[in-house]
Amino acid sequence: MIEGALWRRWTFSYLPLILFVIVLLFPFYWMIITTFRPDGELYRPWNAANNMPFWTNKPTLEHITYLFEETNFARWMFNTMFIAAVSTLISLFCGVLAGYALARLNFPWAGSLGTLIFVTYLVPQTLLFIPLAEIIRDFRLGDTPWSLILTYPTFLIPFCTWLMMGYFKAIPKELEECARIDGASRWKAMVYIIIPVAVPGILSAGIIAFTLSWNEFIYALVFLSSPDQKTVAVGVTSELIRGDVFFWGSLMAGALLGSIPVAVVYSFFVEHYVSGLTGSVKG
Amino acid sequence: MAITALGSTEVIRPSVRQRKLEDERWLALVLLTPTAILLGLFIAYPFFEGVMLSLSSARVGDPGKFVWFKNFVKLWNDNIFWTAVWNTFWYTGVTTVFKLGLGLWLAMLLNRHFRGKAIVRAFILLPFIIPTVLSTFAWKWMFDPTFSVINWSLFRLGLISARINWLGDADLAMASIMVVNIWRGVPFFAISLLAGLQTISPELNEAAAIDGARPWNRFWYVTWPLLLPVTMVVMLFSVIQTFADFQLVYVMTGGGPANATHLFATYAYQIGIVSGLLSEGAAVSLAMFPFLFIIVVVQLLYIRRVEVR
Repeated sequence: MIEGALWRRWTFSYLPLILFVIVLLFPFYWMIITTFRPDGELYRPWNAANNMPFWTNKPTLEHITYLFEETNFARWMFNTMFIAAVSTLISLFCGVLAGYALARLNFPWAGSLGTLIFVTYLVPQTLLFIPLAEIIRDFRLGDTPWSLILTYPTFLIPFCTWLMMGYFKAIPKELEECARIDGASRWKAMVYIIIPVAVPGILSAGIIAFTLSWNEFIYALVFLSSPDQKTVAVGVTSELIRGDVFFWGSLMAGALLGSIPVAVVYSFFVEHYVSGLTGSVKG
Repeated sequence: MAITALGSTEVIRPSVRQRKLEDERWLALVLLTPTAILLGLFIAYPFFEGVMLSLSSARVGDPGKFVWFKNFVKLWNDNIFWTAVWNTFWYTGVTTVFKLGLGLWLAMLLNRHFRGKAIVRAFILLPFIIPTVLSTFAWKWMFDPTFSVINWSLFRLGLISARINWLGDADLAMASIMVVNIWRGVPFFAISLLAGLQTISPELNEAAAIDGARPWNRFWYVTWPLLLPVTMVVMLFSVIQTFADFQLVYVMTGGGPANATHLFATYAYQIGIVSGLLSEGAAVSLAMFPFLFIIVVVQLLYIRRVEVR
């Protein structure tokens, strides 16, 4: 428990904490309130007399129905989900195998390959998006979900590998040796003994990889062009802003609904998420 | 005879494969192959392709020819490019200082026992989890020139009498973008530093307190040095992500007003994709590389030094 006199506790602990929480969460409150507000209330000048920005007495679903009836929003959600799920699975497969090799096997250049993976982990997407767009076009992958499913692993695999290396290193060598004395091959010891022990790590890596690919924007913006191939972030950006006109109600509804899958996954696995995040930082 | 021969090959064949997998070098090769293929195809090859592209005169629909460093010379004389360079450094520097300061403060606030701590921690990470583009739209709406809730609040509190055009003025727009970046980054710093704080044994602080160290000295001489390795790694990730940022500026201002808020990435997008000058766009992107390289090398060396000590 926090100690000290009541006023000390409030001024030095609770008050700053409450302020932090309010500032960090306010934009989400704003998203929600805008989603359910009729247009007549939304577009009231900032200094209008009867303006009551923080609440509405006439909640409406018109922005959400607009989203589903006038745009391809459901399709964008499906695309994003599909791309995020498949690229996460590919990255987990590659990352677990590579992490195992780099953490538990002796072979020439194991150390330098580990460093190389870490350096790739630091390559930002914005460094390579123009040549990559050309390559995607040459491979005839442009405007298909595969353009993203195959390129997202470039930032997900290094992350998964790095995280899994940490988990695999923490598993004692004896566990594997016992299995091998009992006659299991190296391969079987890996598949049946070591990987099951590392399942919490795999779960963490998977959840973070899923949120990272849901968050990706520039590749999706550059590689996809037809409206029914887009992801949520790109679709919302390109279809709900026409020239200078912003459809703020539907934009916020799209932002809200587009955030929900990530928020749900996160809320189920908070502890895994946090341990993965902090594990990746400890290295 | 034929039957036994067939039977024996069936027994031998898998055992050859198995024997190879027993060799650590072969197993490592097999395990690393899928990763090597994907990273080779979509990182190493594009990097090489990017260098070639930046030395050519390619545009959309025109492969162009080899022109040596013409694109880079053009950038050297391009005022908007230098604005983007300056903006990137200024943006990265300012936001990193704030993210570290506020993140550390929030981590210290969370590093105590109080009711509802788990829920507070879970909610605090939300800005980091929610897709950046989507949450940035909420901020853009809050900074809207006519309907801004921030202006409304400041007006009602009696702090302003005329509206502030947050995204219409070069300096204000940059400051607004920084606010959003800090808002998104603080939770990451706080949660990572909190994990670092929790590994520090409270006995160390207690021992220092018994020896008469004041709170500030306890922080500066006990907590901070022990927290430094984690802090450096968190900074490394944050600095690189911020330096190469795209989404935030793209949504908030698109590089405007009058090209005043471009970063490397948004300017590369503007030239390479919007205007279709692929080679010049690739050159802007690649101009980021030496800086990123220096940042990574310096920080990795520093991290190694801190960890050895």
